[in-house]
Amino acid sequence: MSVQTPIPTSGASAVTPPQDRVAGRLPRWGQLAAFACGTAIAALLSWLTDSTVVLFVIYAAVLGTLVLYVASRRAEGRRQATDRLVTAIVTSAFGIAMVPLAALVWEVVGRGIERLDAEFFSASLQGIVGEGGGAYHALMGTLIITGLTALISVPVGLMTAIYLVEYAQGRLKRAITFFVDVMTGIPSIVAGLFAYALFVLLFGPGIRLGIMGAVALSVLMIPVVVRSAEEVLKLVPNELREASYALGVPKWRTIVKVVLPTAIAGLGTGVTLAIARVVGETAPLLITVGITNATNFNPFDGRMATLPVYAYYQLTQPGVPPEFAIDRAWTAALILIILVMGLNVVARVISRFFAPKTGR
Amino acid sequence: MAKRIDVSDLDIYYGKFLAVQGVTVSIEPRSVTALIGPSGCGKSTFLRSINRMHEVLPGARVEGKVVMDGQDLYSADVDPVDVRRQIGMVFQRPNPFPTMSIYDNVAAGLRLNNKQTKKADLDDLVERSLRGANLWNEVKDRLDRPGSSLSGGQQQRLCIARAIAVEPDVLLMDEPCSALDPISTLAIEDLMTELKERFTIVIVTHNMQQAARVSESTGFFNLNGVGQPGRLIEFNPTEKIFSNPDEKATEDYISGRFG
Ligand SMILES: Nc1ncnc2c1ncn2[C@@H]1O[C@H](COP(=O)(O)OP(=O)(O)O)[C@@H](O)[C@H]1O
Ligand SMILES: [Mg+2]
Repeated sequence: MSVQTPIPTSGASAVTPPQDRVAGRLPRWGQLAAFACGTAIAALLSWLTDSTVVLFVIYAAVLGTLVLYVASRRAEGRRQATDRLVTAIVTSAFGIAMVPLAALVWEVVGRGIERLDAEFFSASLQGIVGEGGGAYHALMGTLIITGLTALISVPVGLMTAIYLVEYAQGRLKRAITFFVDVMTGIPSIVAGLFAYALFVLLFGPGIRLGIMGAVALSVLMIPVVVRSAEEVLKLVPNELREASYALGVPKWRTIVKVVLPTAIAGLGTGVTLAIARVVGETAPLLITVGITNATNFNPFDGRMATLPVYAYYQLTQPGVPPEFAIDRAWTAALILIILVMGLNVVARVISRFFAPKTGR
Repeated sequence: MAKRIDVSDLDIYYGKFLAVQGVTVSIEPRSVTALIGPSGCGKSTFLRSINRMHEVLPGARVEGKVVMDGQDLYSADVDPVDVRRQIGMVFQRPNPFPTMSIYDNVAAGLRLNNKQTKKADLDDLVERSLRGANLWNEVKDRLDRPGSSLSGGQQQRLCIARAIAVEPDVLLMDEPCSALDPISTLAIEDLMTELKERFTIVIVTHNMQQAARVSESTGFFNLNGVGQPGRLIEFNPTEKIFSNPDEKATEDYISGRFG
């Protein structure tokens, strides 16, 4: 507990009373009391200056910290007081970081929950003017396009990572790593334009296909998969590879049967998070896939709806009266958040479930 | 089938660094050959170049000849994977596969190479190998537990079981007992005496008594200074090395005057 540097006593008495080595201590409720005190002053202050809730919270946090610091300084000494001050600052920083997240979830859930009904999941927008309708077609579009994206990106990304970790050497390795890093930072609109330009070259202008969206998203997803898989593969101890070689197992079989199984938890987690990263991309899909009101399951034939683009159009072109479309936009946003959260949960489950078992 | 190995004028490099120079030695079949010497003199490096494990490191290469029963292991038409199938290896630090059970670890050599084996035969092989490594009694009730759930000494014996399960001709061991308690060490030494009926065994050890107890021949490695290549100073029957070595350096090392 609070062991302070013993104050050098003028070594007169052989038996040092224990009080000398134990610093004063604020009671357990001291911290609470300090902040209550700060809050009270803050309330008074905001009442006097007629300020908003936000200002009140800021006043309360700053004043509470100040009161706690002063009290601790008097009762416990400098080191404890600094400790409490820094703890308060770090906690506040965490609080500040949480504010946008909490506000966002609060807002999206509050506004989106209204239309989170069965119809939303079963109806498209075909023939809908005003009330009703749903995002079935957009949800399906998002699932199909994201699935295709994963189908393209996971093999390419994993194999690139395997190449980088197990085979590549020297200059080529550095070059690939560099370009993968550059690709990680490519703005998503550029990926969209690239896919669009590619398909225009092949099929002529004005083309819109689900697969174009998958290609655009793959440009964004592949580098993420490569990076995460590379990190995970590097963590596999070299000794396991050597143990396998020493049994006369060829390199490729060692990779497939020893390295990949050892790394499977991390790989699964990385892939899932990479999917979560692209599932909400809007700009590239806006250009390459467009939007439609009807359900289209075929990514090789015509426009498809996707949740982010759906939300975008419902919000920017709501029609009259606008409120029904705007409600649908919020619900689409809510579903996207749920999807991303779900993917994160899946990632955690994967890393828990597949982690090498060491239990005795 | 145990096989003899003739090494001649072997130089071993890590990139540009010459780690071991000019090793010439004959390793007899059905015997235990011990390699001793101070740390960093290239015992592990030499051992790993016998089964071509050395070259898996980037830039690592070898010049010279390693001939096993008339076949140069480093000639262009020899596949290093085949060499490693015939020359097994046990490492200094136990390295069981963490994703596999005890059973699967022992069966790994066959499983990873996709050898089709009947379940009963495989069971038999696993039991034989574990008995061979003096581990059977400790693990026979929990063969499906992860290999990493064993203690360090048990893990090392598991690795020995894994290595002998593929029935190699030669078994290389790099300080296999440095992680074992005295009882397991004795068991491994007994095991070596047993195994040398079937295998050629080369063991690196820091334990002089161990070398004296188990080996027929002993090689002493040394180096003149940091950055200098290691050399095989003396290779003789173990009795001679420990009673009346040819070289002064060997005598100094054995009597504990350095290293
Ligand atoms: N992976 C490596 N890369 C470069 N040099 C190495 C590597 N491993 C060992 N060496 C060097 O080779 C020499 C012999 O090492 P080693 O064979 O491990 O010695 P010992 O096993 O006798 O202690 C040492 O100088 C060591 O620094
Ligand atoms: Mg060594």
